[in-house]
Amino acid sequence: MTAASDTAPAPRLVLTPYLFLLPAMLVTLAVVLWPVAETVWMSLHNFILFKPRNVPFIGLGNFWRLLHDEVFWLSLGHSLVWISLVVGLQFLLGLVTALLLNQTFWWRSLARSLVIIPWALPSVIIGLTWTWMYDFNVGVLNDVLIRFGLIDKPVAWLAQPDSAFISIVVALIWQGFPFFAVTILAGLQTISAELYEAADMDGATRFQRLRFITLPAIADVIATALLLRTIWVANSLDVILVMTGGGPGYSTYTLPLYAFLKAYSGMEFGYGSALAIMLTLLLLLVVFIYVRRAARELDQ
Amino acid sequence: MRDSRSPLQRLFELHLPLLLIVLFALGPYVWMMMTSIKTNADIGAWPVRYWPDVFTTEHYHALLERTSFGGNLLNSLIIATGACLLGLGVSLPAAYAFSRYRFRGRRLLMTQFLVINMFPIVLIIIPLFVLMRNIGLLDTFIGIILGHSTFAVPFSIWMLTSYINAIPKDLDEAARIDGATTLEVLRLIILPVVMPGLVTTGIYIFVTSWNEYLFAMMLSGQNVRTVTVALQLFIGEFSVQWGLLTAAGTLIALPVTLLFLLVQKRLVSGLTSGAVKS
Repeated sequence: MTAASDTAPAPRLVLTPYLFLLPAMLVTLAVVLWPVAETVWMSLHNFILFKPRNVPFIGLGNFWRLLHDEVFWLSLGHSLVWISLVVGLQFLLGLVTALLLNQTFWWRSLARSLVIIPWALPSVIIGLTWTWMYDFNVGVLNDVLIRFGLIDKPVAWLAQPDSAFISIVVALIWQGFPFFAVTILAGLQTISAELYEAADMDGATRFQRLRFITLPAIADVIATALLLRTIWVANSLDVILVMTGGGPGYSTYTLPLYAFLKAYSGMEFGYGSALAIMLTLLLLLVVFIYVRRAARELDQ
Repeated sequence: MRDSRSPLQRLFELHLPLLLIVLFALGPYVWMMMTSIKTNADIGAWPVRYWPDVFTTEHYHALLERTSFGGNLLNSLIIATGACLLGLGVSLPAAYAFSRYRFRGRRLLMTQFLVINMFPIVLIIIPLFVLMRNIGLLDTFIGIILGHSTFAVPFSIWMLTSYINAIPKDLDEAARIDGATTLEVLRLIILPVVMPGLVTTGIYIFVTSWNEYLFAMMLSGQNVRTVTVALQLFIGEFSVQWGLLTAAGTLIALPVTLLFLLVQKRLVSGLTSGAVKS
């Protein structure tokens, strides 16, 4: 903190940055910080929306209840599997795509533009197109798989507990891999060609080049992208909400979805808030690591 | 980079795998658009009829003439534009402060804007609903726009700060020596130079707001229903009318796809600049 403006004597100048920040802070205070404080307050009360006059303080009662709630543990388990599958596979497919796009060929910029498209689409469209493709009666997925002889008769993808979860994972991989592809591609393009030329002279195989030059050079980019995506996927619930609403049964419940449904359909705002806070606490470590990395930029 | 592989090797190691990935990326999107221009008879055919003899615009007519979808499109346009203007309006001065001043609490405040962008939506949306209900902003444009500013403001602040950081400070100082006030510097020097970044950020907010579902669903009713909420309701209402549903999906997806393609190069470099810089 040694910038020149710090040492300027006029007090008006010191006030200026705060004035510039005021509008943004007011908005944030109203729509983020105040609601979060409300959530904490609600989580300590038995707050049910249609009983606004009867909101007893129950301390950590909601959290105690949560520990004994089977659906909570089920949703948490699903969330962990969900995050590792979705983020892991998005990353792998994104990495492969980026490595392919980093080569020179005539339709490269076209491919790059087309691959990015799923990223631009809203969750309801993802839900709509995939629900349509998974359709039991006239869905294109069943048709293709039958034509290739992979299945004998149509499968009700979203109506069975096992296949419903995997079906949503596939839809989410589709939506998220372009992010990894373009981020990793941007990282790949910063690697200097000289490194590869030196490796060629040393007689490195292509696998060795990938293992000892490419991957170490983009490790930082990958780490940031993985952290960011983990947070995003852990928080996201809209695609599941529009595709199955958590069903069949509880088979596609994740933690944010459970918190949302408790509040939205169950009207149990107190308990829903406790679930939301639990999710936040569990994510805090990942957020902390990400923020520390991002904050390195602050002192520029 | 040199490539010592034969054309055949390149076909199997580069062109074919990438073609498969592009097909995977585009397939669902194209399939949605194709469905929207098929007749109901072709949509319901089994085995699937991939290339029908006739195409039709009947679903688009039905959608715009018999449902509220036209109004929903307008609502989404107003909300996304509003979120864009509010986000950029409050973020530009904030970003200027973060970029050009070193003041007490700067680190803390910047970190705060980063952290709140990572908050789970469920942490905010429940009390926000109660709050909006209490102050009568449920089912109003301003209510949803404020809801969308929860992600628009922190995102814009970070993007714009990095764009302004890239403008040399000499420019500000030269203007100051000529007697410009801080506001004049911001308006006459920073604003024109940062305009491309401002447009990119604005388009990203527009797309995100247009696409957003949860806030729009929680905070809207009959009056200001957005396209995403309307589409989800249609799915319940017209459960097997896939022609109508995919027509709505296409009308929602097309504008944002075009906008996104327009800015994608600059957007990616903005989003990844933090990650890629070493």
